[in-house]
Amino acid sequence: MRFLHWRPGSDKGGTWLLALLAVIAVFVPILNMLVPASSALHLSAFGITLLGKYLCFAMLALAVDLIWGYCGILSLGHAAFFSLGGYAMGMYLMRQIGPRGVYGDPILPDFMVFLNWKSLPWFWYGFNNFAFAALMMVAVPAALAGLFGWFAFRARVTGVYLSIITQAMTYALMLAFFRNDMGFGGNNGFTDFKDILGFDLHADTTRVVLLLMTVAALAGSYLACRYIVESRAGRVVRAIRDAESRTRFIGYPVESFKLWLFVFSAVIAGVAGALYVPQIGIINPGEFAPINSIEAVIWVAVGGRGTLFGAIAGAILVNYAKTYFTGAFPEIWLYALGAMFVFVTLFLPRGITGLISERGKEK
Amino acid sequence: MSVRDKRLYLESLTVSFDGFKALNDLSLYVDPGELLCIIGPNGAGKTTMMDVITGKTKPDSGTAWFGREIDLLTLREPEIVAAGIGRKFQKPTVFEQLTVFENLELALAGNRSFLKTLRARISPVQKDRIDEVLNIIGLTGQRGSLGRILAHGQKQWLEIGMLLMQNPELLLVDEPVAGMTPHEIERTAQLLTSLAGEHSVMVVEHDMSFVRSIAKRVTVLHEGHVIAEGDMDKVQSDPKVREVYLGV
Repeated sequence: MRFLHWRPGSDKGGTWLLALLAVIAVFVPILNMLVPASSALHLSAFGITLLGKYLCFAMLALAVDLIWGYCGILSLGHAAFFSLGGYAMGMYLMRQIGPRGVYGDPILPDFMVFLNWKSLPWFWYGFNNFAFAALMMVAVPAALAGLFGWFAFRARVTGVYLSIITQAMTYALMLAFFRNDMGFGGNNGFTDFKDILGFDLHADTTRVVLLLMTVAALAGSYLACRYIVESRAGRVVRAIRDAESRTRFIGYPVESFKLWLFVFSAVIAGVAGALYVPQIGIINPGEFAPINSIEAVIWVAVGGRGTLFGAIAGAILVNYAKTYFTGAFPEIWLYALGAMFVFVTLFLPRGITGLISERGKEK
Repeated sequence: MSVRDKRLYLESLTVSFDGFKALNDLSLYVDPGELLCIIGPNGAGKTTMMDVITGKTKPDSGTAWFGREIDLLTLREPEIVAAGIGRKFQKPTVFEQLTVFENLELALAGNRSFLKTLRARISPVQKDRIDEVLNIIGLTGQRGSLGRILAHGQKQWLEIGMLLMQNPELLLVDEPVAGMTPHEIERTAQLLTSLAGEHSVMVVEHDMSFVRSIAKRVTVLHEGHVIAEGDMDKVQSDPKVREVYLGV
C-alpha cells in the first residue's frame, strides 16, 4: 500500500476494515461449501445473501460519506444512483431469462408481453450483452450525477437547498419508474431472474462468487476513496467544505471539484446497486424512495462521517440491527431503530468511530 | 524615480452607487517595494478602492494600471490574482481542518484542476518555499497544527503567508491588526515591514499608533478623494486632515 502514501498509523480503521473483508472472503466459501449443512457452523444461502446486502449498503454509505463527510454535500438522493445501477443490471438479467418467462416470448420480458407490446423499446437494445450492460451500470448513474451536478453546482446551490433538490430528484425518478409505460416494469419492477453470464443465480457457488465480487468492489472503492481524500485534491475538497469562497478565491475551480467527486460517488453507488440486484433477486421503484437515501445518510452519521471506514461500519451495524430487530421484536423494531438514531445524535455526534478514537486519545 | 516606474497607478477613479460617490476623482500611486498606509474615516472609499484594484468593482471612469503593461480594468478577478496582486480580507479565513503546512500547500502556485491535484506531490523546491514562508510568518513551530487551534493573530499571519505563496508583487492588506493583542500587533508590524522591499504593500488601517510604527508614507482618503499625503507627522499636522479625521 506504499503507493498510496499513507501516513503510518493514520488509518487503523481502514486496516481493520480490509482485514475484515479478507476474513469474509476466506471464510464464507469455506463455511458454505466445505462445512456440511448439518453443522451449526454452516453458512446458508440466506446468510450469504444477507451479508451481500450489507456490503452493498456499505458501498452506498461509502459513496455518501465521500461527498458529505469530505465535501459537505449532503445528498438525500443517493439511492437514485444505487437504483439506476440496479436497474441496468436488472435489464441484463431480464434479457437473460429469454424464452423461460411465463409467456415464453424469446425476446420480450413478461411485463412487456402483458402490456401487449410488440417489440423491444430502443433503450432495451444491447442489454443482452453483459459488457454493454456493465458499462451502463456505471455510465447511467455517472451521467445523471454529471448533469445534475453541472446545473446545481454552477448555479451555486448549496446546503439545505441542494439536499432538497437531490431528494426531489430521487422522488421524481421513483414516480417515473412506477409508470408502466416507462418500460421498466412499473411498480413490479424486475424479478424472477434465472442466471447471470450463464451461471444459475440460485446455485450456492454463484451466490458465493457474487459475494466475493461485492467484497472486492467494496475494498476497491474504499481504496479509491482513500486515495482521493489523502491526495492534494482531497485537501482541496476539505477546504471547500470548510471555506468554499476562500478556496475559490485562491484559484481552485470549486464547481469542477464538486462535480468530479459527485460523479465518482454516484459511480460507486451505481456499482453497489448493480451488485445488489442479482443477490437480492428483485429491483422495483421502491428503491428510489426518499427514505432509502435518508437511511444511507443515517448509516454514515451513526458510523461517523468523514472517516470512510466509519460509514461502512455504520451501514453494516445499522442493517444488522434492523435485521435483528425486525426478527426479534417485529412490533417495536422501528422504535428500537429510532431510539438508536436519537442516542447517536445526542451522545455520539461523531458517530461510533468518533467514540473509539476519543477513547484511544484518553489512554 | 520617474513617474513611469510606479508599481500601481490609479488615476481619476470615480465609482458611484446610486448617486453616492464612493470614489471621487481618486488618484494614487504605489512605488515598487513601498509600504503605503491608507487611512480615512468610515465611508472614505478605502474598501471600494481595493475592490477596484482586485476587479470586484468596475469604476465609472478613470484608469487603473498594474505596472506599465497591465490594464487592471480589462481583467477578471482570478486574472488579477494571477497577475500578481494578493488581497487579505479583514476577517481571517484559514482552512480550519487542515494543518498550517497544508494551508500553505493549497496556496502554492500550480495547476488547480481536479485531476492534476489528484496526482500532485510536493517537490523539494515547493517544500523549501513553504518552510521559508513559515519562517517569514513565524509559524514554523505550528507547522503541523490544525488551522482551527491557531490564535487570532496567528490566523492573520497564516493568511498573509498564503498570499506570499503566490509571490504577489503587490499585497493589499485590509485592517491587519483589528482585534490583536499588543504583542501580536508588534509582530505584525515587523512582518509587514519585512515584506516591503521585495513586495509592494498597501495597508488599510484604523489603528493610528500601528500606522505610525510602520508607515513611511501615509495617504488620507476622505469622501472618495485623497486629501493629504506624506509622512505621518506631516499628515497629522495637515489642517484638513485634523478637521475631517482626527476631529480636532
